Amino acid sequence: MVILQVEKVAKRFGGLLAVDDVSFSLDEGEILGLIGPNGAGKTTLFNLLTGFLQPESGRIHFRGADITRLPPHAICRLGMVRTFQIVRPFLRLSVLENVVVAALLRTNAMAAARRQAEDLLTFVGLEARRHTPAATLTLPDRKRLELGRALATQPRLLMLDEVMAGLTPTESDRFLGLIRQVNQRGVTVLLIEHVMRAVMALSHRVLVLNYGELIAAGSPAAVVRDRQVIEAYLGEDYAYAGTVREGNPGPPGEPTQDHGASAPERR
Amino acid sequence: MTLYVQAILNGILVGGVYGLVAIGLSLIFGVMKIINFAHGEMLVLAMYLSFFLFTLLGIDPYMSLFVCAVAAFILGYGVQRFLVNRILHVPEEMQVLLMLGVALVLQNATLVAWGPNFRAAQTRYSLSTVWLGPLVMDVPRLVAFVLALALALLLYLFLRRTELGTTIRAAADNRDGAVLIGLDVRRIYAFSFGLGAACVGAAGSIILPFLPMSPYSALSFTLTSFIVVILGGMGSFLGVLVGGLFVGVAENLGAVVLTSSSKYIFSYALLILVMVLRPQGIFRGRSG
Amino acid sequence: MRAFTGERAARRGPMLVGGALLLLLAAPLYLGSYWTSTLILVFFYAYTGQCWNILGGYAGQVSLGHAAFLGIGAYTSTALFMFAGLTPWLGMLAGGVLAALLGLCIGFVSFRFHIRGAYFILITLAFAEIFHLLALHLESLGGAQGLFVPFTGASWAKMQFKGNTNYYYVALALLVVITLVARALERSKLGLYLVAIREDEDASRALGVNTMRCKLAATAISAFFTALAGAFYSNYFFYIHPDEVLDVELSVDILLRPIVGGAGTLFGPIVGSFILTPLAELSRAYFSKEGLIGTHLIIYGLLLIAVVLFFPRGVAPYLARLVAGKRTS
Ligand SMILES: Nc1ncnc2c1ncn2[C@@H]1O[C@H](COP(=O)(O)OP(=O)(O)OP(=O)(O)O)[C@@H](O)[C@H]1O
Ligand SMILES: [Mg+2]
Repeated sequence: MVILQVEKVAKRFGGLLAVDDVSFSLDEGEILGLIGPNGAGKTTLFNLLTGFLQPESGRIHFRGADITRLPPHAICRLGMVRTFQIVRPFLRLSVLENVVVAALLRTNAMAAARRQAEDLLTFVGLEARRHTPAATLTLPDRKRLELGRALATQPRLLMLDEVMAGLTPTESDRFLGLIRQVNQRGVTVLLIEHVMRAVMALSHRVLVLNYGELIAAGSPAAVVRDRQVIEAYLGEDYAYAGTVREGNPGPPGEPTQDHGASAPERR
Repeated sequence: MTLYVQAILNGILVGGVYGLVAIGLSLIFGVMKIINFAHGEMLVLAMYLSFFLFTLLGIDPYMSLFVCAVAAFILGYGVQRFLVNRILHVPEEMQVLLMLGVALVLQNATLVAWGPNFRAAQTRYSLSTVWLGPLVMDVPRLVAFVLALALALLLYLFLRRTELGTTIRAAADNRDGAVLIGLDVRRIYAFSFGLGAACVGAAGSIILPFLPMSPYSALSFTLTSFIVVILGGMGSFLGVLVGGLFVGVAENLGAVVLTSSSKYIFSYALLILVMVLRPQGIFRGRSG
Repeated sequence: MRAFTGERAARRGPMLVGGALLLLLAAPLYLGSYWTSTLILVFFYAYTGQCWNILGGYAGQVSLGHAAFLGIGAYTSTALFMFAGLTPWLGMLAGGVLAALLGLCIGFVSFRFHIRGAYFILITLAFAEIFHLLALHLESLGGAQGLFVPFTGASWAKMQFKGNTNYYYVALALLVVITLVARALERSKLGLYLVAIREDEDASRALGVNTMRCKLAATAISAFFTALAGAFYSNYFFYIHPDEVLDVELSVDILLRPIVGGAGTLFGPIVGSFILTPLAELSRAYFSKEGLIGTHLIIYGLLLIAVVLFFPRGVAPYLARLVAGKRTS
């Protein structure tokens, strides 16, 4: 059962082709990883899918409906929610209120929204901080909040933009568990991630974006062996130099914590 | 027909000064992302300074131009150094309210000091004209046009060719980057605000020979600068100059067709129209 | 944040408010005419400030054009009363509806084209000035002469009274009503949405908030209630003039109180008005006597600067902390 169908979607910024005729589809219940070097166009693709940007060409269908020109709030109402790479909590609202805002999408009753928000805060592990202003949260906690808020909209498709960037391995392990649990409850997941360990562990399938183009798709294991992918991450020299050496630092074969330090700069 | 050509000509002449004034506004916005709501007030203040230098000390406005520019520079530098620099990270509405406060203080200080009446400086050349066939050009307007363009060019060269100018442009492009490479951003900001104010100070002297002023003129000057800058595109030097010429012509043509009171309605409507029709311009300055 | 302040504050708050209300209800009995009329102005500006607060404080869309709404309320109710004999109570509502419609237009134009922050300030100012200039040239509405409201004998039906005691209670009632409205808004879905929009509009949209509709609703509500104050104004002063009820200065007056008191808080506009209005009246009276017209605006300007520099959240939050007995939540 296809939940999301993307057909030849393109977007340019001035002379830069940020997303170049990207097509793919996503099955209900799947976890799809979206990887690619910095500036590959991953976030831009998210913005196109969720209505924050309008594509120049192409179509996007979600659960059978054409959502290509819909505004973000309407898309969210249909069951597709995204998080932001740079977290955007409502700073002066309490943690609980942050989640209540999202929960109010499915109910008009404050009390019901509040109950639901409390449950989700327990789920993401923020229940102890629910009455503090979001401004006081640490980065990992803000990421949890971002996830909790997205879940409060009761999505069918959850789109996560680097939720694990900047977390310690222990913290990102917790996130892995959370995402798996969400997926087991029937929520489809589309995941941008530089932390390769997470992508490998979670994804059923991986898409690779480079300079706005989809250059590879397939199982995580197959993708990391793909010549084009290796080139994209490590530059052509590495690809011609031979194989990806085991235990060598650097993506895509290895976990990186900080996406700022990914391959292109290492040449 | 001559009437319209005449209006266009007058518009171009005064439009040069609009350009200079608006470049000041644009510079301040470009570097600090601050909207100088007191821009018109600063202009009027400079006009008063020039006026009194002329009537009390007999200094010609074209001579006092530099005095006014320096005075305005100091005022602008101070506003940035002591006020705006303290609130760089508050929401932009609050910054605007601060500048609104500055505008209120400046305008009403002028009002209290010199009363609400219009004043005009009668220089020797205030009423002299040159004829171009059927068209007439006021000499002071012509001089103003030339001086304004010359000063704009000077500023342009300064920003492009000097080290300080380059630093200012770097700070405008990227505040955090500028901090990283170790620039004293606050000093640069103060200097930039001073520079933007200096444009206005010079413009005050330049227009004095042909424009009467009162404390209440300020708002319409501020407004005109906004229209010019939004039309020309914030940060685009040439764009703002052209915007100045355009608005000058539009206003003068409007004055032929409309009564003087509806002229202001026309200006406000133009401002709204320009804001709405240029969404890719400065509106995205912050929130993008 | 709002709903969850300290428990001691929760217990003390209602008692304080109830006590203050009782004192104010009895005030005309023990205050002279001068202080009663000062309090009327305090209520008037607290009321308009609260109206502004709905859009500018909670929703974070700072408007410098609220004089337009107030002026429309004043002119509509007065014109309907003078030329059609309609009671100001209904004229008030008509003005409110007109103002709300205008608010929807201004809001639609602004929000549709993503005009935010400083540019919203600018565009609201431009709209208001257009109405100001139009009114100055509309001879049928008095033009630059203004409109004198004829006094036809004291009567509740015509909202015309001798002395100021009855006006005092009308003003107080308006303030109580708008405060209840704002309180209900704070606890409502719309209210929470508005605050979310203020905090981060894009994040709100991503979570399914129809930000356009919410901002329009806030604008309409704010404009409607602001217009009611305009009707009160003309019945209280018996005279309206474009330079009074449609001027930028009035827009500044309206936004100053909530900014000083604390924008986006329930008691901000009220606290701000109690601090500022008596001060403004004193300085206005004093400086006009000395022939120093404009001095009170210098003071306004300095106040604005000081508040932005030292109390960017307004003074009400500090007071609330005092009430809560220093134990902050
Ligand atoms: N609003 C915009 N205007 C102009 N260019 C943009 C805009 N947004 C993104 N870009 C450019 O488009 C390209 C793709 O950016 P995008 O943020 O989608 O990359 P990304 O894959 O998410 O990278 P990262 O891993 O660093 O998050 C980049 O070159 C970026 O500079
Ligand atoms: Mg990205």
